[in-house]
Amino acid sequence: MSTLARKKGVGAVIWDYLTTVDHKKIAILYLIAGGIFFLLGGLEAMIIRIQLAVPNNDFISAGFYNEVLTMHGTTMIFLAAMPLVFAMMNAVVPIQIGARDVAFPFLNSLGFWLFFFGGVFLNLSWFLGGAPDAGWTSYASLSLASPTHGIDFYVLGLQISGLGTLIGGINFLVTIINMRAPGMTYMRMPMFTWATFVTSALILFAFPPLTVGLIFMMMDRLFGGNFFDPALGGNTIIWEHLFWIFGHPEVYILVLPAFGIFSEIFATFSRKRLFGYSSMVFATVLIGFLGFMVWAHHMFTVGLGPIANAIFAVATMAIAVPTGIKIFNWLFTMWGGSIRFTTPMMYAVAFIPSFVIGGVTGVMNATAAADYQYHDSYFVVAHFHYVIVGGVVFALLAGAHYWWPKMFGKMLDEKLGKVTFWLFFIGFHLTFFIQHFLGLMGMPRRVFTFLPGQGFETGNMISTVGAFFMAAGTIVLLANVVITTVKGKRVGNDPWEDGRTLEWAVSSPAPEYNFAQTPLVRGLDAYWIEKMEGKKGLTPAEPLGDIHMPNPSILPFVISLGLFVAAFGFLFHQDHAWGTPVGIVGLLITLGAMFFRSIIDDHGFHIHKEEVMEAEKKGAGA
Amino acid sequence: MHVEEKLTAETFPAEPEKATLEGKNKFLGFWFFLGGETVLFASLFATYLALKDSVAGGPSAKELFQMPIVFLATMLLLTSSLTSVYAMHHMRNFDFKKMQLWLGITVLLGAGFLALEIYEFTEYVHEGFKFSTSAFSSAFYTLVGTHGGHVAFGLLWIITLMVRNAKRGLNLYNAPKFYVASLYWHFIDVVWVFIFTVVYLMGMVG
Repeated sequence: MSTLARKKGVGAVIWDYLTTVDHKKIAILYLIAGGIFFLLGGLEAMIIRIQLAVPNNDFISAGFYNEVLTMHGTTMIFLAAMPLVFAMMNAVVPIQIGARDVAFPFLNSLGFWLFFFGGVFLNLSWFLGGAPDAGWTSYASLSLASPTHGIDFYVLGLQISGLGTLIGGINFLVTIINMRAPGMTYMRMPMFTWATFVTSALILFAFPPLTVGLIFMMMDRLFGGNFFDPALGGNTIIWEHLFWIFGHPEVYILVLPAFGIFSEIFATFSRKRLFGYSSMVFATVLIGFLGFMVWAHHMFTVGLGPIANAIFAVATMAIAVPTGIKIFNWLFTMWGGSIRFTTPMMYAVAFIPSFVIGGVTGVMNATAAADYQYHDSYFVVAHFHYVIVGGVVFALLAGAHYWWPKMFGKMLDEKLGKVTFWLFFIGFHLTFFIQHFLGLMGMPRRVFTFLPGQGFETGNMISTVGAFFMAAGTIVLLANVVITTVKGKRVGNDPWEDGRTLEWAVSSPAPEYNFAQTPLVRGLDAYWIEKMEGKKGLTPAEPLGDIHMPNPSILPFVISLGLFVAAFGFLFHQDHAWGTPVGIVGLLITLGAMFFRSIIDDHGFHIHKEEVMEAEKKGAGA
Repeated sequence: MHVEEKLTAETFPAEPEKATLEGKNKFLGFWFFLGGETVLFASLFATYLALKDSVAGGPSAKELFQMPIVFLATMLLLTSSLTSVYAMHHMRNFDFKKMQLWLGITVLLGAGFLALEIYEFTEYVHEGFKFSTSAFSSAFYTLVGTHGGHVAFGLLWIITLMVRNAKRGLNLYNAPKFYVASLYWHFIDVVWVFIFTVVYLMGMVG
């Protein structure tokens, strides 16, 4: 099989993507699916903001508002931010460490399809009796009382997609430990790779508690369990603990890759190596560690007692220290650098003050006594949107612009990129800054409307106007993608011209084998070192030879489809006689596909040396 | 070393499960997976401890648990862990027949354990201790049942491996598969030690 793009029919392309195990194509799948869910979550956000624009609004009903609010949070965290982070990891990390693929290409594909089917399942709730309506945290006291099947869609959908995330986490851990090119020591790994590494460890230890919480919720709602039912001895606080033991590390699972993306961008567009690299690594690991020690700060008002609250308050504040180290390192990276204000760099520069505001309000929330005032108010809404949008979404937008040429071979238009940036940046602060004050003035979160004359009118109107700015920015981004895809020119290996890491040494997009010869890494910013010595390419660590590649497979799709079918069956097993049989059929599909995976040998195939040489020759000329 | 190479007892490497890159990846990835499983069971244990006295008028641990059957089940599972070690010993010595024999014994012991557990659960249900009886019953069946589900899956897995490779013997492609299956089996065993202590011993004495 040649690596050159051949003219293929639509059916062949679809089959190619359904069966692909190539990390670069899986990255594109994550980007498309995550992007669609991001638009969906954005639409839900717009509905929320329109409803809250004026007091006593009846744009949507109270019940529908609860569904929209729940699905906005759930979609944005699990179905937009997580997969988009995985899109960046898949697109970049294997190439950054000089590997030809991830450690488990088959599992990589399985992880994607599990996420995808879980997300689709969750969103089908809109058409099948109503979406979940107990908030993205789905506290048991609310969710057990919810009359529709919405919560069941939440439980089963997140269970399936969570499994995919866990698999993805293990895959990247092993990839980074075992697949690094010769010379790529741990302390020469690019910051984004380090962030991926620590994030993957967090996923590994944070997702199982969520799995268990979701199992309990499923048992209680569908199979007569009593975990959270106080009448039979259950305890709703158990859900809160399990959810936040997952939920707080989840924040760092999202934001550490964001830090990694910005670290790459700051170094590249300041044309300097990252300031304080070792302390950055240290801070990343420390944040990951402390991230597990702070979950109860979401539960200060539950009544755990002053000692528990004090311990969790202090642990939470401690996280500000490594985060502060990072902020200063980024500033010092820019200090004295020859800075280029490209679109990714604009996001990076805007990220610093935005994220610091989110960090400061985070420390305010961490003060347990004061938190009794902020709790469940718009102050909290403002805080977490400052860290998630100001940190994660800015990073994803920056990363998308930065690595777009590496993923698709064409640069996004810089002018339109800057229009998107300004619209999004202004809109973001317009929407959320005022919400701090709305919260301090007493506006509770998760209310579908408010009364006139309480002083909330102006603030809410400003907030809604800001949301429209962000929507406009997103539309410009979509236009940019379309225009670039149609008209854009093909670019070479290093389209930003200042690339430092290995991904900029291979063609854009990278050939399916990534490196014709595994590179020898001689220091941090391996490609920059070669460039400074006047070399055009990397120093190879091996002679040119046949390259071993994994076989494509449809089984990951089938395994995930089986769970999707099973979830439908079990969800309706109390209402319809077909429920249980359908559930069992679904599980049999999954187990059967796993059985075939086990008994059919999969040795992969080889791309022959001559084909590699030919592909490299053509790639170099493009 | 190449995956499909025909090997003899002399050329078979000392650690066949880690002789190829695929094997190394599988070995490490599986350890990480077990790390995640540990957190999963830790969450189940924590919940069980929180709810073990919430009997809501239903049977309590002291009234239900019987030492003889649980002790027998424990012995079966502990022994099966030992026999799986023998199997891996013979795998490293490239003695395929003996490996299959000891894996077969492991499967029999595991199946015996599972049968006892199913018998135990049916008894409890007859005594009016159903999944929906109390918070304690939900927590008990979920913790012990999740472990039982792992045993069942492990049995299916090992049997599949034994049948699939019955004719072709050992190579560097299937050695890591046997090895991680045995790791999984040990893990199940370790979890049971905790269940025996925390659920049964503490339930009967504490």
